[in-house]
Amino acid sequence: MASKAVITGVADTAVGKVEGSTSLGLQAEAAAAAVADAGLSLGDIDGVLCAYSFTEPHLMLSSVVSEFLGIMPSYSIAVQAGGATACAQVMQAAALIEAGICRHVLAVCGDNRLTGMSRDKAVAALSEVGHAQFERPYGIGIPAAYALVARRYMHDYGVTPEHLAGVAVATRKHAMRNPKAQMRELITLEDVARSKPIATPLRLLDCCLISDGGAAVVISAADAARDTRKRGIDILGAGQMNTHEHIIASPSLTDFGCKQSSAQAFGRAGVKPADIDVAEIYDSFTITLLAELESIGFFARGEAGPAILAGALDLDGPLPCNTHGGLLSYAHSGAAGGMFHVVEAVRQLRGEATGRQVAAPELAFVHGDGGILSAHCSLVLGRN
Amino acid sequence: MSKPLPQPNVVTRHFWSSCKDGRFEFQHCESCGHNQFPPRLSCTACHGADLGWRPSSGRGTVYSFTAVHRAPLESFKADVPYVIAIVALEEGVRAMMNLRGVDPEAVSIGMPVELFFEPTGGDYPLPQARPR
Repeated sequence: MASKAVITGVADTAVGKVEGSTSLGLQAEAAAAAVADAGLSLGDIDGVLCAYSFTEPHLMLSSVVSEFLGIMPSYSIAVQAGGATACAQVMQAAALIEAGICRHVLAVCGDNRLTGMSRDKAVAALSEVGHAQFERPYGIGIPAAYALVARRYMHDYGVTPEHLAGVAVATRKHAMRNPKAQMRELITLEDVARSKPIATPLRLLDCCLISDGGAAVVISAADAARDTRKRGIDILGAGQMNTHEHIIASPSLTDFGCKQSSAQAFGRAGVKPADIDVAEIYDSFTITLLAELESIGFFARGEAGPAILAGALDLDGPLPCNTHGGLLSYAHSGAAGGMFHVVEAVRQLRGEATGRQVAAPELAFVHGDGGILSAHCSLVLGRN
Repeated sequence: MSKPLPQPNVVTRHFWSSCKDGRFEFQHCESCGHNQFPPRLSCTACHGADLGWRPSSGRGTVYSFTAVHRAPLESFKADVPYVIAIVALEEGVRAMMNLRGVDPEAVSIGMPVELFFEPTGGDYPLPQARPR
């Protein structure tokens, strides 16, 4: 019996440096907390969607997690789309529910990338996404690939280093209101400009964190959600677009698949960018968020930078964005990094974002991108 | 640990062999005329399989670039800062290369460059770029 899909439970673990944590442990902790948040028990879960792990990689991670949790789901699969994974898990869960295949799907991610591996190892592991023959011999890493985007984007649309720094400062301002955030010290535009260069024009404070942390979401059939603890959050629309994997194969360095994925999500939800009350958008680097805000249509080309410096993304601005502190200041622990955005959107819509609550939001937009702006997934969520 | 070196396979062997002979060759679709790089088994424009190889003039311009200060691998640490550029070749294909023989501060988008082949510790030289 098919039914509409709603989000009934969300949770994340402690994030940042979580001593003694393991990937599997973070996933299990987040899963149990999300199921409890929904007022369900683990035995109610009939679908499990996992992601991937650097510190405890496994060919069948979803089976490993289910086994560890002691559940026997009738549907179980791992999703790998880099930073788009979390949104893709939610989109997939909604499709499974609307097809009548599952009733309560657990989407879970977690990794201990900070304490489970050295910073050098994490950076090296991430560089392996570069093309083996046509990128890696040149010393490419993820920041350098995004720097190539940043340089061209700045050239074409008049974006300045100060505009990029504005993204880092605005995001930090949000994190300072969130006691759980990994980085809560005030930073200024000058601090960003003076932070050490990583791959020009990107500096250390233009780059996301490396963290431990887990996050999970429970997606339920609306008719099965009647018994859950809290009011379900509607998944009003979802969309994906995948244009390339390696930056050398990207059709453009300034126009990305988030345009199409968000257009699909907005179209299916019957809303437009101007209707969104709160946005949680992937911010692996400052350029990532700026380029996505403009590609999605929240700002015209070249206008996001000045608007952000004027407070556009602040709690009381026209588009409160990354209210938990994002990947730049809250935490980034692999696929869970993207799931933190989903969890925060749900908390905002429920009115649970204590100390950083947007005034009565009804519509939230969530976006994840994986690779080098390669894989995109967008969600429109609503308070029913 | 040494730098990652190209390991040619059935799709790329022709490209790397040409590099040994001092030519950068890209694929040309005999059906629709599309030029493409990196090499594939079929045309990314029309999905036809009739692909031939054409040599590049070796002239191009900087499409984008970055100076890397934080090397992703130990084997690149001695090289920082090094410039990675996406070079737009005259024939309409783009490729990643290191830009040699130039102060990173002096690089700009649109800068004319030419290809050359740099020896590596492996069997094949790497196509690289320098100002022309």
